[in-house]
Amino acid sequence: MSDVAERVKKIVIEHLGVDADKVVNNANFIEDLGADSLDTVELVMAFEEEFSVEIPDDAAETIVTVGDAIKFLEKTTAA
Amino acid sequence: MLALSGKTALVTGASGGLGRAIALALHASGAVVSLSGTRQDTLEALAAELATNVHVLPCDLSHKEAVEALVPAAEAAMGGIDILVNNAGVTKDNLFMRMKDEEWDTVLSVNLTAAFRLSRACLKGMLKKRSGRIIGISSVVGVTGNPGQGNYAASKAGMIGMYKSLAAEVASRNVTVNCVAPGFIESPMTDVLDDKQKAAILARVPMGRLGTGAEVAAAVVFLAGPGAAYVTGQTLHVNGGMAMI
Repeated sequence: MSDVAERVKKIVIEHLGVDADKVVNNANFIEDLGADSLDTVELVMAFEEEFSVEIPDDAAETIVTVGDAIKFLEKTTAA
Repeated sequence: MLALSGKTALVTGASGGLGRAIALALHASGAVVSLSGTRQDTLEALAAELATNVHVLPCDLSHKEAVEALVPAAEAAMGGIDILVNNAGVTKDNLFMRMKDEEWDTVLSVNLTAAFRLSRACLKGMLKKRSGRIIGISSVVGVTGNPGQGNYAASKAGMIGMYKSLAAEVASRNVTVNCVAPGFIESPMTDVLDDKQKAAILARVPMGRLGTGAEVAAAVVFLAGPGAAYVTGQTLHVNGGMAMI
């Protein structure tokens, strides 16, 4: 698992209080992990802080699964 | 230990009479306060009076950029914002048929849009902290209406609806959002009224007198304090009984 993936999953586990084995790449924050819409905003805020990046609103809207977040942040932090 | 010891508060419109009373009351309850307003000398004088635990952050809320800079400045000065009091307000009264677009726009922009922007900016810190108090100073006329104040009443009613919506959004994060709606309060605006005008106003107030800034501020201190932890999405009317809603 990449470093980015590990950090993303750690944030998701902590923020949503879910079991680590549920936090897989295709897990949908709302449908699979029980997040509400405010949780998804807060997760984006937490990612921004952890990776010192800014995630614009239109990009944030495309981040609906754990894998989406990892992919976006790998791309952003590599640039 | 005072009710608001260790808490930080940003008060807009602190160069006005009501804002001053609110800032004094929050400060007396132990909070560190940031005073925002348009008249820097008035803010500085108030800060000098308070002496400690006070910051002066002048801001013209009709300018978007100035509004957006205010919350980061207050957070930098105080290390965060626990309590936001959107008190700043302007009036541009006119009969509806004569009301200019500019009169409408100015009032909505300062009274409502700035409150929206400041609240939005404060939320990040409050959500993260899992605590926060947002308090809007609305007005009795936002609920009852008032001839000549279509713009002002709209802005104050808008604040109530806006804050009920926000209260529902962030209640699960322990952030409360409420309004205080003053009636007729002693101020430079009411000081200039003649006896006949005063009598006409007082005829509508069962308590038979104007309210004081301190009486409005007491409601703000309540909503900001630990005793109001379970109060959210409410409008607390402080009006001597002139409208019982």
